[in-house]
Amino acid sequence: MPEPAPFDEAALVARARSGDDSAFGDLVNHYERRIFRLAKNITQNDEDAEDVLQESFMKAYGHLDTFHGNSKFYTWLVRIAVNEALMKLRKRKTDKTVSLDEQLDTGEDTLVREIAVWDDNPEQLYSQDEIREILDKAVASLEPIYSSVFQLRDVEELSTEETAEALNISVPAVKSRLLRARLQLREKLTRFFQRKGDDVFAYL
Amino acid sequence: MLTCKDFLRQVSEFLDGTCDQAMKRDLEKHVNECPNCWVVFDTTKKTLKVFKGMEPKELPSAIRDRLMNALTKKMAAKKCERSHQDSHEHSEAATS
Repeated sequence: MPEPAPFDEAALVARARSGDDSAFGDLVNHYERRIFRLAKNITQNDEDAEDVLQESFMKAYGHLDTFHGNSKFYTWLVRIAVNEALMKLRKRKTDKTVSLDEQLDTGEDTLVREIAVWDDNPEQLYSQDEIREILDKAVASLEPIYSSVFQLRDVEELSTEETAEALNISVPAVKSRLLRARLQLREKLTRFFQRKGDDVFAYL
Repeated sequence: MLTCKDFLRQVSEFLDGTCDQAMKRDLEKHVNECPNCWVVFDTTKKTLKVFKGMEPKELPSAIRDRLMNALTKKMAAKKCERSHQDSHEHSEAATS
């Protein structure tokens, strides 16, 4: 079987902009799952996430001529998707404006309740399907302002600056949300990953 | 002297290696002396490790089919629009 061609975002975008629909199709294939995951984490249901997925790619296709390549295509796409997802949330909660920029930080310190040592390779305690389920559920249980930052920074490994640009929030906001997201996830995963047979109190 | 609270506030930057040298030294000192903070540090590091690069799940095929249908329609509409524009331009060129 021939090796699949390496993914070259800039080249595909250039071809798509010049009217090559198959190049746009390749961009969709490459990013659809990530956009769906992000949309689902924000809207927290499949139906809204599907709408967001469709509307995002339709808008990206319709507005390709306004994309000037100052940022990465993916950052631009995430920005569209986040706007669409927030619109969904706004429709649901008509009494309240929703934005990823709102300050939900109460100034309360990041809480740490679980102090238990984990296994060295905790992911080996479970099958791949189980691990995926555990991780997906843990992220899904975070507030959207945390899960979106975490997904972009720590799962997809965008830089702090790219994450800030994609979510339209400041760099310090990315950092403080990332800290909270990481500590909350650590807390949620402890139940699954702590070393069995350990006396928790031995570490207090 | 760093407190555990200070340590927690910095643990994310400490893991990313983005804090300055003096802070890094203080954090290292604290994490080596405080068993609780060491556990938090180590388990947060492992949290990042399990998530890093996690591939998203395949799209359910029905969702994917509907996405492709919607896009194909939109692409066809755009093509149609373009060819209308072209023929309009041609006819304008022909009349001028």
